[in-house]
Amino acid sequence: MTVVDRRGRVLRVLTVGLAFVFGVAMLLPFAFLVSTAFKEHAFVLEIPPRLIPDPPTLDNFTEAWSTGDFGRYFLNSAFVVTLSTIISVSLSAMLGFCFARFDFPGRRAMFGALLFTMMVPGMVLLIPQFVLARNLGLLNSLWGLVIVYSVMNLALNTFLLRGFFAAMPQELFDAAQVDGAGVWTSFRTIALPLAKPGLATVTIFSFLAAWDEFTWAITTLSDSDLYTLPIGIRLLQRSQSTEWGLVFAASLIALLPVLVIFVALQRHFVAGAFVGATKG
Amino acid sequence: MMGMSRRLGVARARRPSPSRPALASASSRSERARRLLPVYGLLLPGMLLYGVWAAFPLLQSFVMSFTDWKLRGESTFLGLDNYTRALADPMFWKALSTTVGYTVVTVVGQLLLGLGAALLLDQRFRGRGLLRLVYYLPVITSWVIVSLIFVWLYNGQNGVLNWLLHDTLGVIGTDVAWLAEPATAIWAIAVLGIWKGIGWSMVVFLAGLSSVPVELHEAAAMDGASRWARFRNVTLPFLRPTVTFLLIVLTIGGFSAFISIFVMSSAATGTIGGPLNGTDVLLTYTWKQAFAEIDLGYGAALSFLLALVIGAVSIVELRVARREGLA
Repeated sequence: MTVVDRRGRVLRVLTVGLAFVFGVAMLLPFAFLVSTAFKEHAFVLEIPPRLIPDPPTLDNFTEAWSTGDFGRYFLNSAFVVTLSTIISVSLSAMLGFCFARFDFPGRRAMFGALLFTMMVPGMVLLIPQFVLARNLGLLNSLWGLVIVYSVMNLALNTFLLRGFFAAMPQELFDAAQVDGAGVWTSFRTIALPLAKPGLATVTIFSFLAAWDEFTWAITTLSDSDLYTLPIGIRLLQRSQSTEWGLVFAASLIALLPVLVIFVALQRHFVAGAFVGATKG
Repeated sequence: MMGMSRRLGVARARRPSPSRPALASASSRSERARRLLPVYGLLLPGMLLYGVWAAFPLLQSFVMSFTDWKLRGESTFLGLDNYTRALADPMFWKALSTTVGYTVVTVVGQLLLGLGAALLLDQRFRGRGLLRLVYYLPVITSWVIVSLIFVWLYNGQNGVLNWLLHDTLGVIGTDVAWLAEPATAIWAIAVLGIWKGIGWSMVVFLAGLSSVPVELHEAAAMDGASRWARFRNVTLPFLRPTVTFLLIVLTIGGFSAFISIFVMSSAATGTIGGPLNGTDVLLTYTWKQAFAEIDLGYGAALSFLLALVIGAVSIVELRVARREGLA
């Protein structure tokens, strides 16, 4: 073995080792999240901090579900997120299909307008949307959340799906047209089935964005019966004597669906990783 | 001739575009309109929702920014008063400088650590896929949850960070209330911003790294170039478009920081933007003006100033990148 080879091997062992050390450092905050969720209240800020709870307890989880109204927050989130994801994905599929496959008067203007609002910081829209929601009686309302979350992802979803629809071969649509299929039929029977990977990506990202949305919910919801998970979790944290075990148990419950989706549908994340990164 | 062909629609039809031929054969105007009717039908629900809840609010916000819009009573037209008021508002400038500081630190941190992570994971070894997942985990976790984890880590008395730095390593003499000290609060929040974003930058860098030709690396190695020389002269030039892209997107992200600051400052000090407005960034300041002071006109003006700043910074970054041959 030459000197260069040996140096290469040493370097490799070092870099792989470093990758794992770095990984542990990245994971450490989550390790504390999990361990604290299983700790009794007396131990949540013990010195020295211990990663393995002693004794471990499930009390935080049961308390979060039963006494903390947490089940309600979970249902509120599930309702708002499911509905807004369905609305956003269906409407943006229809929009993306039209923008990709047809030339019609106003196409450029409409698509340009959509893209423009995508680039506007969220706060610019938050203030007038608040006024609009107030005028329509949609403040402090889950329906207000459904509408705003549907719009929130509409432009980005349309942009992504348009790419999928534009890449489809024209012959398919020509053939369908010859068979007498109208716009709606070719959308439903040809375009949608072929766009499944795109629809999956867009669905995941709409779901996650709505599941984690904080700003609109904290600005408009005042009735604690209507709180979604992010608002409910934040409320558990008090400036004095926070029950950290409860906070983190609740966080884990909220995080679970996200983790399941992430692990199961990992490949869609890389495709979508380049978009929607500026949210937050 | 050109004008004529354009008027007849010939030039348009000739342009090769995969999305056009569907209707290029439409013979008459009325038939074309008839055929397009269902297309407009398909567009209607989405465009209606978009128009009412995005386009109209955007215009209204612009109008509001020239008024003293409160939620009740008539609002009066103020001209540019809200904007001149912002420019004379010391809190606006303080928030702007905090925003810039936060953005610079988080952008540089995410760029360097994201590149480091990508280089580490660009080699083949067992467990690489798992590590990618681990690095990416903070990206998909909600801001509220990660903010609360860090509030706990930063706890002023019994927090893990104080235990590590004070009790164990002895680097600091006393426990520090990281989020309650004006000197440390915004930087403590910036650390969260970096940690949460490393995984995303890494994924983008990994995509960039895959564009570096292997043969070029091998040729350079044959010529006896050191690892560092190969990194500088082969890898980095290929990563330039990636760096430019990240620079712009991460900068916008830095200017958009809101939830972490909202949650962490109010958890540690009881006031959004505390201690002593030390963590007030443009977004928290704007939010408080609009929804705590109910001064929506001023809030709208502040939000447009933020949009202007973000737009200007992005353009400057793109220009500099072009001039340096980065993009």
